[in-house]
Amino acid sequence: MGISWGSLALAGALAIGSALSGGYASAGQALLNVSYDPTRELYKQINPAFVADWLAKTGETVEIQASHGGSGAQARAVIDGLNADVVTLALAADIDAIATKSGKIAADWQQRLPNNSSPYTSTIVFLVRKGNPKAIKDWDDLAKPGVAVITPNPKTSGGARWNYLAAWGYGLKKFGGDEAKVKDFVKAIYKNAPVMDTGARGSTITFAQRGLGDVLITWENEAFLALKEFGADKFEIVAPKQSILAEPPVSVVDANAETKGSRKLAEAYLDFLYSPAAQAIIAKNFYRPVHPEHAAKEDLKKFPKLEFVTIDKTFGGWAAAQKKHFADGGIFDEIQKQEPAR
Amino acid sequence: MTSPNFAGRNARRFKAPSVIPGFGLTFGYTLLYLGLVVLLPLAALIWRSSGLGLSGLYDIATEPRVAAGLRTTFFISFCAALVDLFFGLIVAWVLTRYDFFGRRLLDAFVDLPFALPTAVAGISLAALYAPNGWFGEPLAAYGIKIAYTRWGILVALIFIGLPFVVRTVQPIVAELETELEEASATLGASRVQTVLRVLLPPLAPALLTGFALAFARSIGEYGSVIFIAGNIAYVSEIAPLLIVVKLEQYDIPGATGIATIMLAISFAALLAINLVQAFARKRFGHV
Amino acid sequence: MSESIAAGVPAARRRARVRPVTQDSPFARYALIATAIAFLSLFLLAPLAVVFYEAGTKGAAAFFEAFQDPDARAAIRLTLLIAAIAVPANLAFGLAAAWSIAKFSFPGKSLLITLIDLPFSVSPVVAGLVYVLLFGSQGLLGGWLTAHGVQIIFAVPGIVLATIFVTFPFVARELIPLMQEQGSVEEEAALTLGASGFKTFLTVTLPNIKWGLLYGVLLCNARAMGEFGAVSVVSGHIRGLTNTIPLQVEILYNEYNNVAAFALSVLLASLALVTLGIKTFLEWRHADALAARGRRH
Repeated sequence: MGISWGSLALAGALAIGSALSGGYASAGQALLNVSYDPTRELYKQINPAFVADWLAKTGETVEIQASHGGSGAQARAVIDGLNADVVTLALAADIDAIATKSGKIAADWQQRLPNNSSPYTSTIVFLVRKGNPKAIKDWDDLAKPGVAVITPNPKTSGGARWNYLAAWGYGLKKFGGDEAKVKDFVKAIYKNAPVMDTGARGSTITFAQRGLGDVLITWENEAFLALKEFGADKFEIVAPKQSILAEPPVSVVDANAETKGSRKLAEAYLDFLYSPAAQAIIAKNFYRPVHPEHAAKEDLKKFPKLEFVTIDKTFGGWAAAQKKHFADGGIFDEIQKQEPAR
Repeated sequence: MTSPNFAGRNARRFKAPSVIPGFGLTFGYTLLYLGLVVLLPLAALIWRSSGLGLSGLYDIATEPRVAAGLRTTFFISFCAALVDLFFGLIVAWVLTRYDFFGRRLLDAFVDLPFALPTAVAGISLAALYAPNGWFGEPLAAYGIKIAYTRWGILVALIFIGLPFVVRTVQPIVAELETELEEASATLGASRVQTVLRVLLPPLAPALLTGFALAFARSIGEYGSVIFIAGNIAYVSEIAPLLIVVKLEQYDIPGATGIATIMLAISFAALLAINLVQAFARKRFGHV
Repeated sequence: MSESIAAGVPAARRRARVRPVTQDSPFARYALIATAIAFLSLFLLAPLAVVFYEAGTKGAAAFFEAFQDPDARAAIRLTLLIAAIAVPANLAFGLAAAWSIAKFSFPGKSLLITLIDLPFSVSPVVAGLVYVLLFGSQGLLGGWLTAHGVQIIFAVPGIVLATIFVTFPFVARELIPLMQEQGSVEEEAALTLGASGFKTFLTVTLPNIKWGLLYGVLLCNARAMGEFGAVSVVSGHIRGLTNTIPLQVEILYNEYNNVAAFALSVLLASLALVTLGIKTFLEWRHADALAARGRRH
């Protein structure tokens, strides 16, 4: 009897044991690209193109594995041991976090590739309902009472931080650098937000599918994608006069690439992002290519011309912006604080 | 962890002279598995937040935004568990006592909240109650907003907690002895008196357990709530979301701090309810 | 309480028929049934209807196409594998815990039960986080694991562990009250008559608890397959590799692929409904046995 009971216990222990032992083994040469949410469609097209390119150049068949999620959560996963060969995230701050908190990426990563390691850029625009019933033209219109603004939560979403900083940048220009006034202005915009989803895609769905809000502040590529998915007869894009230049950066995760012996492949993958073929795909997916000469003309025509502030010049880099605006007790917290507790 | 030695001694000391074997093995295995699967990970959690100290935890709990989140979570979870308690009792009663068309199908549906991924539940509920949804649109005509308000959180938590009440109460309703009801009626009690004085008291411990489990489950719920809550600070922001926010800022001690506070409150609530249960079993139990 | 609800119903159609004292008046009965159905429809059936509706918006072809996708198939395989490990593990634990708690008396029993309940109240976000804190490369055991090349989180073992944690109480919670209710008189009789401990368990205890056991296993299984939050934290979201069905659903939904997302949700809901259907069928087939057992007390 003891033996039988023992075997039962053993079965349980074995179940745990088998669960604990070993990870997954990847067949052949595989490259894991850990990216953020809105790039799913982009990398779905880039990856096969790279695989074909690599096969033609070296005769090797490789597999590109993709992981998408919120930019910050993805960075944390890499810090905590997700075996990424390359990261392609929404903001430099997230890659900086990997570099400083885990040491898995060299500190000078942003200088290793052209254009601050950003093979594509984007900006923040507005998506409004067809006919623009609330006549939204620029940032000022978002601060007016009675306009419902949909934007994700800057505390949980990288894209939302770009939104916030774009509004702040406009405020700085409008009020000639008077930060108290800028703060009131940005606060008025956020007071108009009835919902704050945790990610950019969640906000798009709230706006487009749930029918909430008059205007969605979002990535340019996200806005174009929404037009494509839900029909250009339902929404239109409004470009403010001034916005922010968003530079989603990429990097090899050095420590993982060394252990896995995939550095050559990883570097080739990132270099490929700057190649004519990839730049054309990038423009087709509504990101602004850093080498527009390689992109199709009709793809480029879609991008409205606007003035940009940049994170480095206007905000002194991500670390400073993060600390001043988004950290606990930062300006964003203060903006929300005076909300009456219902 | 407790050594098997200790377990054996307990068995000798407290077990009435009994021929039932296997205490050492089952008790030891229970403690081992509990320790490995539940206590060890939770210890890691408490270890990470221990750097804060008690005063640090207090500071986190009283931070206005965190305090608001905790209040929202515990208050709405409590309300949702109350609603589940009331309707769960009715559902359990109807499903066990009456026979009607579709009863078994309804019975099967009760477990749905366990099976449906919480994200799907959240998306479906948001689709239903959004201003352009099947329920949201007619309600919006009356100026009632559910999705993206605190009511949305309540709806999601009612959904999540319902099976706990129904499934703990159901077997006890099935075990209620009709003889007692007959006796009560024979002695001249009205049906209302019988229900209140004879039927409800033996159900009370099960109701309490169901309430406790629904409440506990609601406190931690994240997946279904974020889709329908609106997530506005101080209004519709739940405590688990604040954990995510802290993590997003790489503030691991802060995140584990909130988690530890929630864990402590849940543990105290569950322990209190289980003690009441054990007391009730000793007093009213028939074994 | 039931009567007070009935009082709100207009007094009509009162039948002049003698009814047993243990039955509620027809008004109370109809009012209660109506309340229960209305409540369940509003809170359970409506969300389920949305899932089926969304899955069917583009017709049957689009619905079935969702299951052809290799990533979706990988997610289904992974989910089945995880349930196949997590459920038996928790089943073994549930039996051991229920046996030791229900058949013996020892101090601190309420504390032990509370600890078993605890995973219910732990937020899924935290349930995932604790394993990251333990096995992540910055975690307690992370250094050792990395040095030995063992990958736990962001791989299948981590997903299994998180699932086991989340579904931990189900079997035990189902069995403990049942076995406490039944007491140990029958086992004592069997043992006194010379049966071995294991034989007693197999021939006396198991038949008595088989429904509760089955029920616990089914709920545990449903929850194991449907868990989203905790698994999301430890999965790493690698397409076709570490995505379970619920994670795949989230991905598809975020890619505006509503039909495929809800088709996979239908699969999960159906798995649950099928297992629950089996349970209902077994209960119905063995209703006599169950009733007989209920009467014994």
